[in-house]
Amino acid sequence: MNKRNDDPAGMSLIVKTVARVTTGLILLYGMYIIIHGHVSPGGGFAGGVIVALAFVLLVLAFGKKFTMEKISVSRASLVESLGAIMFLAIALAGFAGGYFFLNFFTNKGEPFRVFSAGIIPLCNIAISLKVAAGLFAIFMILVILESTVKKDK
Amino acid sequence: MVELYILLTFMIIGAVIAVVVKDLLSSIVAVGAAGLCVCLAFLVLKAPDLAITQLVVEVLCLVILIRATVRKDLPFSTSGRWVFNTAVTAIFMITFLCISYFALKDLPQFGYPIMKVADIYLKQGLVKTGATNLISAVILDYRAYDTLGEATILFTAVIGVLAIMRKIGRKKPGETEKDQE
Amino acid sequence: MAVYLMCLTLFMVGIYCILRKRNIVKIIIGLIITEYAVNLFFVLLGYRMEGRAPIYSPAQAIVNMVDPIPQALILTSIVIGLAVTALVVGIAIRIYEKYGTFDITQIKRLKG
Repeated sequence: MNKRNDDPAGMSLIVKTVARVTTGLILLYGMYIIIHGHVSPGGGFAGGVIVALAFVLLVLAFGKKFTMEKISVSRASLVESLGAIMFLAIALAGFAGGYFFLNFFTNKGEPFRVFSAGIIPLCNIAISLKVAAGLFAIFMILVILESTVKKDK
Repeated sequence: MVELYILLTFMIIGAVIAVVVKDLLSSIVAVGAAGLCVCLAFLVLKAPDLAITQLVVEVLCLVILIRATVRKDLPFSTSGRWVFNTAVTAIFMITFLCISYFALKDLPQFGYPIMKVADIYLKQGLVKTGATNLISAVILDYRAYDTLGEATILFTAVIGVLAIMRKIGRKKPGETEKDQE
Repeated sequence: MAVYLMCLTLFMVGIYCILRKRNIVKIIIGLIITEYAVNLFFVLLGYRMEGRAPIYSPAQAIVNMVDPIPQALILTSIVIGLAVTALVVGIAIRIYEKYGTFDITQIKRLKG
């Protein structure tokens, strides 16, 4: 633990301690917004960006070498492809009823509950996986190769 | 709608500061202030989904800008054939404003939109989809094809950034620089 | 009408920044300002006087709501704007790597 605190790659000790506490809270808030996307404001896009921001906080506070051991770019792109395939699978499953993207659950449930509104919560989760992993991958690519540029000059 | 006019004024002031200031870090902060005013304007215009999304997207945009470029902070100056350039820009802007005035006169008055399709969505949205957030019902049930297009654009952007930042024969990002040259 | 004209003024500030600045980062900032103005214009079109947000509430019955269609379209447009900004920042980094400067008047060599 001491070696990680003294690592010169990240930021100061105060930032590291606060980041340890708040990253889990930011992730929880993002997941709340995603899952309740059809009941209260929010949805897949806003929640996905919030989850990506939690990981970006880890990169900024602890340095990129430490975070790349946990989540590498290839794993992020795997999750993004998984999100896209899940969204397409839900869309194509609508062909069973009639047309593309049919909301094929006939029992729509009661309003104001989490398990209602047919395929909309599942679509929200798929979209959020894609947006979060995609934006995190973009940030990591821009950050990793930026530091190699700086050292060359 | 007095608060809307106040927010628009702050937005224009922030944007003008961002354009004029010579230091790059200050202009990025001014763009952040303008984006915050846009988020508040979305709240005043009764669009809470958009306000949440605009706030977090603007934060990520500023982080990317600051992290990736402001290390090489350099001011700039205007010189060269600036008389001709400024004259052409001024003529373009005046022409655009004149033509847009005629176009804006034909729009319905602010606050009284013609909602033909939206009336059907508002009346039958809860019954047919079961979602109480009508924005989610529109983007994931009535207009889900547009959401598929947006997912494709994000995917293409990730591939594009990866393709641009990759040199031929570049090593994997984990290796250090003492192996180069 | 005055609201639309002020939104268009914001758009004009962004266009001026794209056309007349020499630093690539300033051009990117102009692009961001233009995109804010366009998003705001769309949402201004859909506002209804004394309307409510298009979300039902369990406590009270909501009678008139603002137009939900422009809001749904702009929701995806905001995230797309972020992706475009990231792409342009990537291009700017590569230009700095190759030419050593952000000045667009020095970038004239066509050969790669």
